[in-house]
Amino acid sequence: MSGWERFADTFLNPAVMAKYLPAVVDGFVLTVWLAVLVVAAGVVAGLGLAVLRSLGVRPLNWLIVFAVDVFRALPPLVIIVLVYFGLPSADVSLSPFAATWLSLTLVLMAFTEEIFWAGITAVPKGQWEAARSTGLSFGKTLGWVVLPQAIRLTIPPLTNRTIAITKGTALGSVIGLSEILSQASSGVSHSFNPSPLTLGAAAYLVLFLPVVIAGRWVETRFAWKR
Amino acid sequence: MIETFFNVEIMRAASPILLQGLWSTILLSLLVVPLGFVGGALLAVLSTVRNPWLRWPLVAWVDFFRAFPPLVLLIFLYAALPFAGIEFGAFGCVAIGFFLNTGAYYGEILRAGIESIPAGQSEAARSTGLSRVQTMAYVVLPQAVRNVLPDLVSNTLEVVKLTSIASVVALPELLFQARQAQSVTYNPTPIVVAAIAYFLLLWPLVRVVSRLENRAIAGRR
Repeated sequence: MSGWERFADTFLNPAVMAKYLPAVVDGFVLTVWLAVLVVAAGVVAGLGLAVLRSLGVRPLNWLIVFAVDVFRALPPLVIIVLVYFGLPSADVSLSPFAATWLSLTLVLMAFTEEIFWAGITAVPKGQWEAARSTGLSFGKTLGWVVLPQAIRLTIPPLTNRTIAITKGTALGSVIGLSEILSQASSGVSHSFNPSPLTLGAAAYLVLFLPVVIAGRWVETRFAWKR
Repeated sequence: MIETFFNVEIMRAASPILLQGLWSTILLSLLVVPLGFVGGALLAVLSTVRNPWLRWPLVAWVDFFRAFPPLVLLIFLYAALPFAGIEFGAFGCVAIGFFLNTGAYYGEILRAGIESIPAGQSEAARSTGLSRVQTMAYVVLPQAVRNVLPDLVSNTLEVVKLTSIASVVALPELLFQARQAQSVTYNPTPIVVAAIAYFLLLWPLVRVVSRLENRAIAGRR
């Protein structure tokens, strides 16, 4: 066997790949599902917290800022391990899927709250005052005047953060969530051949390369004006 | 509840190995942050060369490693390459993985910084007689770094947090030691203590990042 043939037989073995393709596809579907749920819940929760913070209730704001800081400072993997291995001691047992979803959602919530809040404070005070003086309520001012401007400012950082979080779904493999990475790894240990990991790596590229390129486009589209 | 999550006896018993882990995490960060930064600076400076044969492969390289989850890259280096007779060991895999992954991120940030400097700056510097390298080092890079400072600091925070994935390949950093202690004692206290340690270590950096980012978003108007 030539060097290339040996390489192909090891990393791109067709028989092994065919055998583990269904498992990797299952993992792919699970990963997409988890990512969608995390992004939906995380962004909504982050926006909710930012709006709550704009009400200006002091003790509540301290609480929000502290929670946000905690979830920004802790590595997502530490949160996942804590939720999955720690909570059962308090008689709360979550499935690997629920534990990963909850952890990543909390992290994304913290980051989006911070981003939306920065966007809201970037809208000049005069806008609030003008809107309120025309007779709009607090809620209407926020929803129709401030947020539309704030959200436009926040799109590039929000896109980047969202992409980063969805890649965190791979961390679920540590607690036995059967997403792409863990399907591929168990394929490797069953077949004694690394081809399933090549397949898994390809699956991640299929999933994330378009997202990264789209993110690049969003960044230039809403480019920073200095 | 306190007995379960903040068990003082277990804290005392586990504290030596947790401290060891914390120290390893700090050392690991001190290694991988400069490693990634140097890799990134190299990528960013190379991408200023207008040659399309160099430019497009570089863009592809950066996008490739930004699309790849770092844990997947680490597992690939650690579990797949040995089949080809290439073994780096846990530490080598972590170092290479971080170099590739964080290098791509730092590279992308620094490239944006370099592109934010008007061409007139380097033209002026060149016309005063500075060489290409001198222009880059003394005129363009210092301003570029200042322009993207919020992103650089925020990425550094992410890199330090990311060192926790080294626990997956059994590198004895903070999270790994905490999980060891947890599996020996059947008690989540070590993980809680590790989480608190991460928080205390990184909270100041989080505050700095959030201040810099708020200013950056406000400055975009």
